[in-house]
Amino acid sequence: MTQAVLSDHIAAAHGDARARALKGFKLGDVAFHVLTKSSAIAVLLLLGGVIVSLVHGSAPALGEFGFGFLTSQAWNPVTEKFGAGPAIYGTLVISFLALLIAAPMGFGIAVFLTELCPHVLRRPIGVAIELLAGIPSIIYGIWGMFVLAPVLQTTLQPWLINGFADIPVLNDLFAGPPYGIGIFTASIILAIMILPLIASISRDVFETVPPVLKEAAYGIGCTKWEVMRSIVAPYTGVGLVGGVMLALGRALGETMAVTFVIGNAHKIHASILGPGTTISATIANEFTEADGAMYTSSLIALGLVLFVITFFVLAASRLLLARIKRQEGR
Amino acid sequence: MNETYLPSAGPVVADSGAYAALAVGAQAEKMSVRNLDFFYGDNRALKAVNVPLYDRKVTAFIGPSGCGKSTLLRVLNRMYDLYPGQRAEGEVLLDGENVLDPKLDLNALRARVGMVFQKPTPFPMTIYENIAFGVRLYEKLSKSDMDERVEKALRGAAIWDEVKDKLNASGLSLSGGQQQRLCIARTVAIQPEVILFDEPCSALDPISTAKIEELIDELRVEYTIAIVTHNMQQAVRVSQHTAFMYLGEMVEFGETDQIFTAPRQPRTQDYITGRFG
Repeated sequence: MTQAVLSDHIAAAHGDARARALKGFKLGDVAFHVLTKSSAIAVLLLLGGVIVSLVHGSAPALGEFGFGFLTSQAWNPVTEKFGAGPAIYGTLVISFLALLIAAPMGFGIAVFLTELCPHVLRRPIGVAIELLAGIPSIIYGIWGMFVLAPVLQTTLQPWLINGFADIPVLNDLFAGPPYGIGIFTASIILAIMILPLIASISRDVFETVPPVLKEAAYGIGCTKWEVMRSIVAPYTGVGLVGGVMLALGRALGETMAVTFVIGNAHKIHASILGPGTTISATIANEFTEADGAMYTSSLIALGLVLFVITFFVLAASRLLLARIKRQEGR
Repeated sequence: MNETYLPSAGPVVADSGAYAALAVGAQAEKMSVRNLDFFYGDNRALKAVNVPLYDRKVTAFIGPSGCGKSTLLRVLNRMYDLYPGQRAEGEVLLDGENVLDPKLDLNALRARVGMVFQKPTPFPMTIYENIAFGVRLYEKLSKSDMDERVEKALRGAAIWDEVKDKLNASGLSLSGGQQQRLCIARTVAIQPEVILFDEPCSALDPISTAKIEELIDELRVEYTIAIVTHNMQQAVRVSQHTAFMYLGEMVEFGETDQIFTAPRQPRTQDYITGRFG
């Protein structure tokens, strides 16, 4: 039945009032559709705008230095020679180290909270984790600078330097002097910061496992460990990887806390105890003093690089997720 | 429904143990529930329940929703232990050993008392692994022995012909009825002594239901079976004994024929004739 015939039919059966009311509904529907659609399009426009302005702003620097910008270790505002090498290296290394520390701990916390923890402790620990996530990043920065760094400088770092002094490769990785601040300290701070994210996402993900599935596993005599390993982990694999990737996304862009403790040195050290820098730390530190056009453009180019790295992390996580999904045959 | 599903006069006898049991006409109690109370927090869900599960017989539990049938089943393999605030008082004996003993090894108990749930619960792994996983918990088998074991379990659950060409497909890719039979195969594969069915057919279509019922009838040759069901015809078809529960109490227990043709309690009479429930 066509629209016109239908509305005629309704008018005939129920009078004009109902036909008018129905028309009103339709108008509302159209308005709603337009409203939601334009919100969605606004997101695309914003994304496009950010990309365009990043590319436009970084064009002078990239034109001047070319692809060498990505690997060069130069950072000299006087001669206006800039390179992103140390910043990219620092960003990737501290994010990786932070994940290495935080992911196992986060999974452990989530497993404990969902499977092993006595019920009375479940809420307090859960709330504490949420609070940890709520601490502003600058506070982690101060704490890292004034508390953690001196402690590491006098305890863990000398121990690492002396302990690995005779072992090849590792003695380069843990070479002194113990500065306190540096890549290693920044990684620890970053790990603490993303830990709540990983723990709470993993916990939420673990809770999506249907209780009856776990019961079935316990029902054939599985221990808690076997249930976690063989039922919960495969069932939630996709979600866990997603949580880690989200955390990586946050770690890559984390600015304030890292800026405090990274040391801000535009150099690539073989030792992870040495000072370094990250993309966001460099931008935050130097934007106010960037006077030359090339200086400003180089900082914006750093921003573009961070944007691209984050994009690739997300793309890689998607690919990984797709592969895991195929493996599980879902 | 054809006659195959009606309770036969006696089970098809498969092994000497069953012969012996039949020969003396004995009805050994595999499990005995004695004076069992169960609490969800302060809520008393089972009230002084007494019921036997006879060896190699099917016992059906019927009664309106919330009467404690599933709760009772979950006590038999201590599944309630997973949840805080739930506790049982009384005695549940499995071959004379008290299942409610806090010192009991739960994993060992659940290896002896298997459970099939209302909804199919295939594990997130391949069909083959769904069976092999449980077996591997208890036995180290060679690849060929394991293959044999998996095949035997899948044949035992009347699903072998449907899955033999796709053992490496995910268990989740099967239809609901197939998933349920896979879960039964998984339970059977670890060779329990008692199998608990918690409304195993309530999510299935009539054809799958018929297959499961047929399967239960075959399984009772080797296993002691308890089944919770809302379907009274199903209870008649598959069970030798029936227990009628109401509001947490065991109202009447007896042979299935007697319960459905000559109930002693008026409440049983009312329920099976559909006057309430």
